[in-house]
Amino acid sequence: MVDIGTIETVPPAEVADVELYHAKSWITKYVFCQDAKVIAIQYAMTAIGVGVLALVLSWMIRLQLAFPGVFSFITPESYYQFVTMHGMIMVIYLLTALFLGGFGNYLIPLMVGARDMVFPYVNMLSYWVYLLAVLILLASYFVPGGPTGAGWTLYPPQAILAGTPGQDGGIILMLASLILFIIGFTMGGLNYIVTVLQGRTRGMTMMRLPLTVWGIFTATVLALLAFPALFVACVMMLLDRTLGTSFFMPSLVQAGEHLNYSGGSPILFQHLFWFFGHPEVYIVALPAFGIVSDLISTHARKNIFGYRMMVWAIVIIAVLSFIVWGHHMYISGMDPYFGFFFATSTLIIAVPTAIKVYNWTLTLWRGDIHLTVPMLFALGFLVTFVNGGITGLFLGNVIVDVPLSATMFVVAHFHMVMGIAPILVVFGGIYHWFPKITGRMMNERLGQLHFWITFLGAYMIYFPMHYLGFIGVPRRYYELGETAFVPPSAATLNIFITVAALVVGAAQIVFFFNLIWSLFKGKPSGPNPWNAASLEWQTPETPPGHGNWGKELPVVYRWAYDYSVPGADKDFIPQNEPPARKASLALR
Amino acid sequence: MNITFLFLGVLAAVAIWWLYQQRITAKPWLETGAILDHGAPSLPAAKVGLGVLLAVIGMLFALFFSAYVTRTSVPEPNVVDLTPLPAPKLLWLNTGALIFSSGALQWAQIAARRGRLEGTTMGLLAGGALTFLFLAGQLIAWRQMVAAGYFLTTSPASSFFYLIIGVHGLHLLGGLVALTRTTGKALGGYPMRELRLSVELCTIYWHFLLLVWLVFFSLLLLSGPVVLDKGIVSLICSFF
Repeated sequence: MVDIGTIETVPPAEVADVELYHAKSWITKYVFCQDAKVIAIQYAMTAIGVGVLALVLSWMIRLQLAFPGVFSFITPESYYQFVTMHGMIMVIYLLTALFLGGFGNYLIPLMVGARDMVFPYVNMLSYWVYLLAVLILLASYFVPGGPTGAGWTLYPPQAILAGTPGQDGGIILMLASLILFIIGFTMGGLNYIVTVLQGRTRGMTMMRLPLTVWGIFTATVLALLAFPALFVACVMMLLDRTLGTSFFMPSLVQAGEHLNYSGGSPILFQHLFWFFGHPEVYIVALPAFGIVSDLISTHARKNIFGYRMMVWAIVIIAVLSFIVWGHHMYISGMDPYFGFFFATSTLIIAVPTAIKVYNWTLTLWRGDIHLTVPMLFALGFLVTFVNGGITGLFLGNVIVDVPLSATMFVVAHFHMVMGIAPILVVFGGIYHWFPKITGRMMNERLGQLHFWITFLGAYMIYFPMHYLGFIGVPRRYYELGETAFVPPSAATLNIFITVAALVVGAAQIVFFFNLIWSLFKGKPSGPNPWNAASLEWQTPETPPGHGNWGKELPVVYRWAYDYSVPGADKDFIPQNEPPARKASLALR
Repeated sequence: MNITFLFLGVLAAVAIWWLYQQRITAKPWLETGAILDHGAPSLPAAKVGLGVLLAVIGMLFALFFSAYVTRTSVPEPNVVDLTPLPAPKLLWLNTGALIFSSGALQWAQIAARRGRLEGTTMGLLAGGALTFLFLAGQLIAWRQMVAAGYFLTTSPASSFFYLIIGVHGLHLLGGLVALTRTTGKALGGYPMRELRLSVELCTIYWHFLLLVWLVFFSLLLLSGPVVLDKGIVSLICSFF
């Protein structure tokens, strides 16, 4: 160890009471609240609520694929609406909102030692604009024609032309909802960034931040720079749809009639969409990387291996994620040299990602691994992310991607890498921080049951799906019909996948039951049930009170990963514990 | 996407400089003890927040400009009309109004730093009035384009013209809300200590939107001559 601080312990800083927001009524305490912890729970509940809807939509998709023609309510139009809404809700309204709005709001102030976000009012507005965006999205079910069925990528020209479900009002509401989501997110994102930059307590240098904060911080930077591309695309398409401009619309003949569009470029939309779309993968993945680092370190009772390299890898991944978007467009007719560039940059991004995987594995190596529920989910993530990542290497190569593009292989790949893997981290994070949020433990047995059904079930869904893709089963098809190259066994496999999907979806009831039951009947957790070293576990009250830290802000003396330190009394040393030698000197 | 990557490059340079300040080569596992300087900027949080917001707004406009340049410069088959627009000469006058508006706010900021309330108030009022003049001028420019037969849907180039001017104007209108509040504080006799930061934030925001406008105006000039003029406005514009 290298001592770099002062000889004596540092007196804590006091913050003037007037700087804090104080709720004056029930409404301002629980509804229009400016406390980041309440906003986090609001974000999480809304995101999970709308996520359950997306889960049910995925059941509908699976029922159609396994039993085509059996369910009369699943028409070709409604099938595409299910697919579109499922994808958009899961990626934007669930995962982005939950990781950044949910985990970000709860953890950033606590982990950096701040009392709250720096702009609490704007933070509150962020949630309400997000909720409005969600409501507008859901309103599309109640307009003539229903929600859009253009696919989650909303590619023009078909997205706004007659013949695509939801062409009347659905697409307009979808675009309006996305625009609002981005405005709301920008308000929240400003808070996350500035709180990390300005709100850190004394001693909390950037290189002492837990990797969770690094992940959320970097993902927020990414989101703030990538979402404008989606914003621009949505605004322009909204004008194309409502006012008849032709930003993305070329000259078209529909049913023998010349449409009024001319001169627009559908490819321009694809560029804008994927300039946002690929960083979006890392907007979801980077917080997951950060959270899983903290889960593994805490539950393996070992310091994170290669902390510095982990930070650098997060930053490098973020930078590289802006120059790989073209790999989503290999079949758009791009110049082969362009394809070569994007294939190369895509493969390069595997390097920092692999560094992270190795470091997680090396953290586990000879660790005192506690197979708690959060640890199970963290390990599940590790395996799933590697599997999903490896198929990403396949698809990153132009020559492999072209035949596999638009097949179920792609569906299997992205669900593994940015669906299942981050969701496992979400669950792991909830099991891990639930005791801090509520003061109670979640039921261990139910948690294990939930993990094993979800983890094994996910593999039963997505492993066979890779095979379907290999034999050429296309994605986005309402019905395969009599297709020469698809053997009958593919239909059997589809039924198997659907049964697994229904079971995995239903198993989430175990999680929700556990969540609600533990809230009232769970075993009291105490302030730090996992014996974790990071700052959020050192609050004077559990759940943390208003202002997080009582009268005195904590002072940080070390990084967040002092586990199993040789010679230490306990197997963890909290970040705010002064160095032992210095503490004794100070007492003299 | 050149403009977007140029902008991202500038942001990356700032990020690298900032990361360098944060001792990212430190080995935290070897360091225990209090570090009193934790690397947080000494700037007020509001100013840092504005900086982040401007990065986001800058990215938004960089993407609009990239899309505009892409659509107006790349010839494609079956594309009806991508010819550059004959932008109204009035835009020169509007540009002047925005430059003076930005200058007036700079003046207000200097006065605020020196503790001169009267000068600050005058600067804020002048800045606001000139901004209104700019926005009114932009609306007239739109009408001139309509009168000349360039409608929103005429071609992608004309659509971009209306869209980008509209989005820029909306950002200025948002800024005017903040400027009105700041001017209200100045007129209400708020302590100069509290006023100074608000004035500074408004000034930075205005300078930034001026820069955005100058970039777009330059793109318009580079892609086509400013020739359209009508009536009295053309008389005024003939001086430029």
